[in-house]
Amino acid sequence: MNRFRRSHGPGVGAFDPLKYWLILPAWLVIGFFLLAPVCLMFVFSFLTKEFRGGVIWEFSLAAYDQFLFDRGLFGDEPPRIQWTYITVFVRSITQAAMATLLCLLIGFPTAFYIATRPPQLRAAWLFLVTVPYWVNLLIRTVSMKFLLRDTGPLNEFLLAFGVIGEPLSIINTSLAVQLGLFYSYLPFMVLPIYATVERYDFTLSEAATDLYADKWTVLRRIMLPVVGPGIVAGSILVFVPSLGAFLAPNLLGGAKNFMIGSLIDEQFNGNAGNWPFGSATSMILLSLVLMALFVYARQVARQERN
Amino acid sequence: MAKVAYVKNYPGFLTLTLVCLTVLYAPLIIVTIYSFNSSPSIIIWEGLSLRWYKDVFFGIESAKFKAAAWNSLSIAVMASVTSTTIATAAAIGMVRGKAFRGRNASFVLISMPIMVPEIVTAVATLIFFSAIGFVLGYTSILVAHIVFCVPFAYLPIAARLRGIEPVYEDAASDLYASRFQLFRYVLFPMLLPGILAGLLLAFIVSLDDFIITNFVKGAGVETLPTAIFGAVKQGIKPNIMALSTILLFVSICFVTLSYLLGRTGSQAKHK
Amino acid sequence: MKKILCTLAVATFATASFAQEKLSIYHWFEYIPQELLDKFSEETGIEVTMDTYDSNETLLSTLKGGKLGSYDVAVPGDYMVEILIHEGMLDEIMPGELANKANIQPEWADVSFDPGRKYSIPYQWGTTNFMVNRDVYDRDINTTAMIFDPPEEVRGKINVLDSRGELLGLASIHLGIPQCSSDREQLRALDDLVQGAKPHWASFNSAGAKEVLVSGEAVVGMIWNGFGAKARQEGANVEYAYPREGMIVWMDNVVLLKEAPNRESALKFMDFLLEPENIAAVSSYAWYSGGVIGHEDLVNPEVLAAPEAFPPDDAPAGSFVEVCDEETDRIYDQIWTRLKQ
Repeated sequence: MNRFRRSHGPGVGAFDPLKYWLILPAWLVIGFFLLAPVCLMFVFSFLTKEFRGGVIWEFSLAAYDQFLFDRGLFGDEPPRIQWTYITVFVRSITQAAMATLLCLLIGFPTAFYIATRPPQLRAAWLFLVTVPYWVNLLIRTVSMKFLLRDTGPLNEFLLAFGVIGEPLSIINTSLAVQLGLFYSYLPFMVLPIYATVERYDFTLSEAATDLYADKWTVLRRIMLPVVGPGIVAGSILVFVPSLGAFLAPNLLGGAKNFMIGSLIDEQFNGNAGNWPFGSATSMILLSLVLMALFVYARQVARQERN
Repeated sequence: MAKVAYVKNYPGFLTLTLVCLTVLYAPLIIVTIYSFNSSPSIIIWEGLSLRWYKDVFFGIESAKFKAAAWNSLSIAVMASVTSTTIATAAAIGMVRGKAFRGRNASFVLISMPIMVPEIVTAVATLIFFSAIGFVLGYTSILVAHIVFCVPFAYLPIAARLRGIEPVYEDAASDLYASRFQLFRYVLFPMLLPGILAGLLLAFIVSLDDFIITNFVKGAGVETLPTAIFGAVKQGIKPNIMALSTILLFVSICFVTLSYLLGRTGSQAKHK
Repeated sequence: MKKILCTLAVATFATASFAQEKLSIYHWFEYIPQELLDKFSEETGIEVTMDTYDSNETLLSTLKGGKLGSYDVAVPGDYMVEILIHEGMLDEIMPGELANKANIQPEWADVSFDPGRKYSIPYQWGTTNFMVNRDVYDRDINTTAMIFDPPEEVRGKINVLDSRGELLGLASIHLGIPQCSSDREQLRALDDLVQGAKPHWASFNSAGAKEVLVSGEAVVGMIWNGFGAKARQEGANVEYAYPREGMIVWMDNVVLLKEAPNRESALKFMDFLLEPENIAAVSSYAWYSGGVIGHEDLVNPEVLAAPEAFPPDDAPAGSFVEVCDEETDRIYDQIWTRLKQ
């Protein structure tokens, strides 16, 4: 006779009556220190900015208005669309998308190559690819900055071997930011793709070649639909953190590659001191990310149904 | 068989894999090399020396680095242990409990710190702390770290738990084991690899964090990442490269160790 | 193992109970030598912690953002002292609380931004201009056009300070308009000027202002005179410009913050910095000038002779950054916000 199992089926045992108590600490900790703060941030985005920093508890749409409308230097012109912040968002989305693409271009062949190695070698290859990820992100970004400087080792190397005539200016360009983001999140692309390719049944590809499909057609038409979810998962995992990244644009991008992360940081740690605007910008970023995740979740659900 | 090799090998994929590894390792190797440069300038190479390592440990800024390292370590230990405990309990409740209304919502809540962009978490936490009058300092960093470490600890533990058949618990409870005995002698030993993986992940994530820490740190409290960022804002100095190299090797040793442990573990299981 | 833990615990408690006196400083970066802080700790037994900032505006927004009450002293520039007084964020120093107050040089004993020196003591003063790499550009550099209407060779290789007061102040000087203008045409011209110049700027970087010049990343870099002297000392072939249109002068001051957790320590620290020998150590380190009687004799002579500290005879007088009234300030804030994003 089971001491705990009364009438439920197998797998629901001793811990079921306690489940709420067991989950409670997690609910409390995250609910109180993250969900509540995010709600409060939503409230803050509708408050009034005090002159020279700080907030006044008075309802105001000023933060969102500042984001969307340009009322001229003196604030008395008819409102036009404010392109400044939209540009920052579009730039962030572009940079994140480019970084994702870069990760995909390099990450897919890498994941594919690793997944097609003999099983005993795969773990070692994966280990090699993931080790840098465990090194502190800040240190990796700083190393990238050191490498890419105008007078840095990369330029010196290329100059010494006569590959280039004068130093490449990579630092403070969008390319540098993309490289930094690529470097930050590459394993997020490799791992999910690896998982799907590893499960892929290569007899399918064989069958297709038997029907005289060439190799690249096989890759595109037969394999891609099967490993697609891995690619989508990898892309989401790279895109989302890239969108709100702070270190790569800040250390590698210079003034012209301001991304959302720096825009928000500036409102709290920098010169601006505009908390309501920083909160509003954070809310907009959060909505974008949640939308991306929602689309992804729906796709996963649809795939599972099929 | 030859056909399998044919569809598994695409020209250029090996090259791209090697490019990938080069991009991943080149910056770290270069910084390691330059950290042994004896010149006070990062541009000129003057020869090998341990000068900047000595500077990290005994130089004028060593007290600052030591304090930051101590803060980083102590926060990472406390945050990872606390969050792993919370996550283990939650995983048992979520995986071993009957399905209940709000289970999906509950899962979303637990993974919220992963889904919300770090900078947004940072902003929200800062606003919250300042609104409730929580003085920023060491404790505020610790609390923030516990929160965002929970899902990182939860995921491997829950995954492991799902892989453990409940028959063991059923068998044990048939033998009148109490819940505590059930956990202590049945579930915990089987769950241990998951718990250790979660603990390690939480520890590294905490040690790695810069953005959230930078927002919620109080007067005079620095962790290693914020201290390094503060220094790097003024340009990369050789002592920072030495410090980075030390941290880099600590991380790599850590991961290698856990990889080797994991491998011997799984080999033992296969036998 | 238990024994070790016990020892550790005892040691922790012991240090906690003995180091009762503390001092929490909020200071500009790379400005005070660590040795001087160590000396202060040694003399007084006070444990010092320091955080740093890289612009007056950051100091203000951090304090406003809830950090007031965690620091004892800060080092705002002239106009920021005025703002902080106005915002009620400084604590008044009562007569007699500073033993060394008489050491203040007469010209700094009564200043417009803090009449009667009720809230602050002088720290260091200097100028804000820019430096030019002479390897790249060898023509006349003594004009603010180097920043705001730069010649072809230096475009895209310019770093400006990430500081609203000094950058917009210098831009106003370039246009020859008042710093707190309410004239719409002038404000629009100012907005157009900085917007038009921005494409030529590579970065807004204060903390790295020296590094970008030393590494050659920037050919023209806006910089404070002492920090610039250090760039030259580190081997860059850079020259500090004295634009004929005018320049920004400033004085940083040590202030006592409201709700300071260690008011007594803060006063001791201020007294410490009013001793000629100690402020001279700051000058020797940061390459600026102090405001304490008799400190000059103790400063490294090289610092006193630095070309960055001596405007040529024909250089125009410098101007302090001005504090505008709220309505005007909002427009300057708008110009700055539009510029930064």
